[in-house]
Amino acid sequence: MARHVVATVGEITPGRSKIVTVAGREIGVFNVADAFYALVNRCPHEGAALCLGAVVGRFESDRPGDYRLTRHGEMLRCPWHGWEFDIKTGESWCHPDSVKARSYPVTVVPGKALAKGPFVAETVQVTIEQDYVVVEL
Amino acid sequence: MRMDAWPKDGGHPGSDLALMREQLLDAFDVSYGMMMPLLGRGGDERNVEFGAALCSAANDWEAQVWCDAEPRLKAAIQVTTEYTEAAIKEIEKRAGDRRFTHVMIPPRGLEPLGRRRYWPILEAAAANGFPIALHLGGTSGHPSTGGGWPSFYHEEHPSYPQSKEALVTSLVVEGVFEHIPNLRVALVEGGFAWLPSLCWRLDKHYKRLREEVPHLKMLPSEYVRRNIWVTTQPIEEPERPDDLLATCEWIGWDRIMFSTDYPHWDQDDPRYAFKVRVPEREKQMLFRDNALAFYTLG
Repeated sequence: MARHVVATVGEITPGRSKIVTVAGREIGVFNVADAFYALVNRCPHEGAALCLGAVVGRFESDRPGDYRLTRHGEMLRCPWHGWEFDIKTGESWCHPDSVKARSYPVTVVPGKALAKGPFVAETVQVTIEQDYVVVEL
Repeated sequence: MRMDAWPKDGGHPGSDLALMREQLLDAFDVSYGMMMPLLGRGGDERNVEFGAALCSAANDWEAQVWCDAEPRLKAAIQVTTEYTEAAIKEIEKRAGDRRFTHVMIPPRGLEPLGRRRYWPILEAAAANGFPIALHLGGTSGHPSTGGGWPSFYHEEHPSYPQSKEALVTSLVVEGVFEHIPNLRVALVEGGFAWLPSLCWRLDKHYKRLREEVPHLKMLPSEYVRRNIWVTTQPIEEPERPDDLLATCEWIGWDRIMFSTDYPHWDQDDPRYAFKVRVPEREKQMLFRDNALAFYTLG
């Protein structure tokens, strides 16, 4: 498993994402309340570019007529058929155990630490002054 | 709408030819794309003179703006089913123009489509070599389900097969296919897995109630098998994907055409819609041969 520097921390603000290509794979890197997550940019249903979907919350209900929005900004809705995925885990809302979008570990690493390597910086210029989003795969 | 189908420069999904080529025609090596305009709704219009004018103008627009710019696209002849003379005139006007391949009739009319008042329009289509395409979407003013108006889109969407069942039953039982044996009908945007069970039920009742409909000379399922084609979208996704193959066998592989419904949100991708491997011969029928035959494009 290699570490890939994909962005500076400031580049992906909370609620936003960045699509990157790492080792030939398109990956969406999301900032959810200042924590970073990465999902493959491909819906397991019919192959749509999942990470271009809307970042939404989860609607839950205990009984008909009662609705509440939870986990605001933590769900990703596929731009084609609206399947919902947990950005933090890649689990689908419908079948969390069997239908998942592949997720990858993400860490934030100071430029100073990265200077020691090993890492792969494909498009990001690394300086010791900044913090970086690093995806492992 | 499919979210990534909104053109960057504005406009509605499906309104930008370059994007349509990129996401549909080129992406899937489409030889013929069948257009089914759903906005404007001249076909449903109650002010029938206005409806007829709207249909005719929209048909010109399809041919001139779309087919002339992109010959892979084929146009629908939109008609106002409540204005028989205008509908027939419109069909005859487009006869022989190869940009037009099908007559589009709103499937949720004021009365079931098999009623005699609609026969002249169906006759005109068949006489001029056009098949009929019945694409669900919108309502005539009647509730979209037999049990009344639904509350949720989640209820509305499954009402499509219900409407299709009503259409098939009406066309068969009223004797349309006995009267117009060469009429070809495509059911669009209703899936297909419901069709075998409907045929089983129609045949069962034919044995008991035949006396009521002596104009039927064959089993209802035999008319369906001869005159009706189905399209796949929105494809059923059974728990056991293999079951879909058996369903296709029951319907007949030669009567099923792949459809995308691009650029709608519930469109199907030809590469992944079937969650089971379709044998090569059947795949050719599904993606090519059946449509070439149905639209006489060979």
